Amino acid sequence: MKAIMEGSQAVAQVVSLCKPNVVCAYPITPQTHIVERLAILHSEGKLKAGFVLAESEHSAASIVLGASATGARSYTATSSQGLLLMTEVMFNIAGMRLPVVMTVANRAVSAPINIWNDQQDSMSLRDCGWIQMYAEDVQEACDMHIQAFRIAEELNIPVMVCMDGFVLTHSMEVVDIPSQDEVDEILPPFAPSYFLTPKDPVTLGSMAGPDAYMEIRMLLHKAMKDAPRVIQDVSDEFEEKTGRHQGGLLDPYELEDAEIVLVSMGSLLGTMKDVVDQLRDEGYPIGILKVRTTRPFPREKFHDLLCNARAVAVLEKDISLGLEGILCSEIRSAFCRAAKTPNISSFIVGLGGRDVREDDIRNIAISMFENDSCRVEFVGINKEALAAAHWRAEDYTECISTDVCPKPEKGDS
Amino acid sequence: MAVEEVESRLLAYGHTACAGCGEALAARTVIEAAGPDVIIANATGCLEVFTTRFPRSAWRVPWIHSLFENAASVASGIEVALKALERSDEAKVIAQAGDGGTADIGMGAFSGMLERGHDILYVCYDTEVYSNTGFQRSGLTPLYAHTTTSPAGELTWGNATRKKDLPSIAVDHGAVYVATASVGYPQDITRKVKKALSLSGPKYIQIHCPCVPGWGIESHMTIRVARAAVNSGLIPLFEIVEGNIIGVRKIKEDERVSVEEYMKLQKRFSHVLKSPRGKDLIRQVQSIANLNIEKFGLLGINE
Ligand SMILES: Cc1ncc(C[n+]2csc(CCOP(=O)(O)OP(=O)(O)O)c2C)c(N)n1
Repeated sequence: MKAIMEGSQAVAQVVSLCKPNVVCAYPITPQTHIVERLAILHSEGKLKAGFVLAESEHSAASIVLGASATGARSYTATSSQGLLLMTEVMFNIAGMRLPVVMTVANRAVSAPINIWNDQQDSMSLRDCGWIQMYAEDVQEACDMHIQAFRIAEELNIPVMVCMDGFVLTHSMEVVDIPSQDEVDEILPPFAPSYFLTPKDPVTLGSMAGPDAYMEIRMLLHKAMKDAPRVIQDVSDEFEEKTGRHQGGLLDPYELEDAEIVLVSMGSLLGTMKDVVDQLRDEGYPIGILKVRTTRPFPREKFHDLLCNARAVAVLEKDISLGLEGILCSEIRSAFCRAAKTPNISSFIVGLGGRDVREDDIRNIAISMFENDSCRVEFVGINKEALAAAHWRAEDYTECISTDVCPKPEKGDS
Repeated sequence: MAVEEVESRLLAYGHTACAGCGEALAARTVIEAAGPDVIIANATGCLEVFTTRFPRSAWRVPWIHSLFENAASVASGIEVALKALERSDEAKVIAQAGDGGTADIGMGAFSGMLERGHDILYVCYDTEVYSNTGFQRSGLTPLYAHTTTSPAGELTWGNATRKKDLPSIAVDHGAVYVATASVGYPQDITRKVKKALSLSGPKYIQIHCPCVPGWGIESHMTIRVARAAVNSGLIPLFEIVEGNIIGVRKIKEDERVSVEEYMKLQKRFSHVLKSPRGKDLIRQVQSIANLNIEKFGLLGINE
């Protein structure tokens, strides 16, 4: 059924259609509307789950951990500081192979404290063993949640669905909310192979010493490496059943003959597609690679989809300080020993809710045709704010745009 | 002063605790009293480490360990899940942790669990130090005890603070049952665990357990030291149901000991006993015991 809905309300609605047995979350902007909506659905009897109000995110995550280990389909949601506070538990949930699903309403992390959108929070947790999916719009966020439960439970790997805070959580969109039957058809009841019960006592979370720890970590790695097949299959099945395009792990847009490829994830892609449409009309051979899943990281796929490009610009709302955008580094890793390697540049955009305008994207795109260096660039830096900071730098010009692999000078051998 | 070993089916032998470990004996007593139809959420700490080295486990009941500070939250999740899945009849939920996991790092989770009113028995094995990591101070370390992070030195007398009053904190949260117990009196533990599990709602039992290496005692002295703590008045054993004290363990006249006699049994107080200022320090500790004796009416006979 199509309706105009706020992103958070739509997600809450879809989550309740997934029939979680236990829901527990702790409020934090911009995730709050999701929890509040779930509370209302619960109070109206539409969400028939144990609904727990935890005293912190650490506990919220621990509560869904305990619930999931008992055999309950379990859901939580958070943002930013909340996600960081959960970190310890996030590793634990993944290490114990519990198929929890979580919404991350992406937000910048402190300090400085900032409630607005970027993706530093979830990207900082890329190594905690959760599958990470990024939604472009509210419809996709809704569809991803249904798939997330299915993927998590099929693989026994937890899944976080990342949606840009405010940009998606607080925007009104027309969304097609599936019926209960449609959801049920894609998502069968949770049937875990083992769980806590006196009928068949198991010990979960035991200590592994140097003799066994590494093997258990390797098995987690293997499970994650095997995940792309399931993610792709579920995406295909969902697409077939709903008729809505999904896109698996990586979704190309106008990529066929593209010399320049822009790569990104999340809500930025909408604007990027508009810009690319215009540039195509103007004759520029440019395309987009939309990243839907960052973990597992589809390295070969990245290689195959990008190897024919002359240059790649990765636009992302996060940074590994002192290096570059996180996704960009990872994409570089797809080209070790490749016969053909595009020039890859990292563009840091939209941190802490900074607007990313069509013009910014257009300028990046055009610069890629004109300048073939591999660089790390901060887009839209406000020089007044720089001058007001306590830690003023004498010269930051080079920092705004850094050439990361300068060409050898003439005469160098 | 021998104590009958509890024959255990549910927490098997073969764990790797120290000889004379008070916590191991207490845990075995608890699980035997609770029976097989339980699910346990265990915090990080000695008990978790010495019972579950992968791929072996000493537990014959469903058991989960997650982290140091979240046993109460994990147990909350288990309890809610059992209700949501209509499996509440299947098992009672027990959370267990050390004094550090309860009084310090797990305090928020403990409070949340009590406040939400889950049907959970929370057992704190109070070894009065972080045993697992090498006997550092916790919020339940007693006044003037030497620990590895509150060492006695030229300028210090060991731990400078009194035990945090966790049972009162639990009572003030509205816990339906709050009791203290001691591994020196295992039958009392059994009775209290059974009683707690017969009530629905949040329950808290704090069991005083000597730690052989942490307190500097001989491994055969665990029970004697535990009993001396009780009989000095430093560790009052009581039961509180819905806020009312319904019973205390009286100190028998011929078993009563001074705090000095109790302290003499353990190396962690040796600096106090040796020092010229010792008398004054012991007086302060004795006054804590005296206050307990008065508050809980520990002397005299049961009516
Ligand atoms: C977040 C975190 N901080 C610190 C530790 C290290 N640590 C593990 S167990 C422990 C102390 C346990 O003491 P207690 O709760 O009293 O239990 P005991 O070992 O005495 O039974 C500490 C400090 C940890 N595992 N996790």
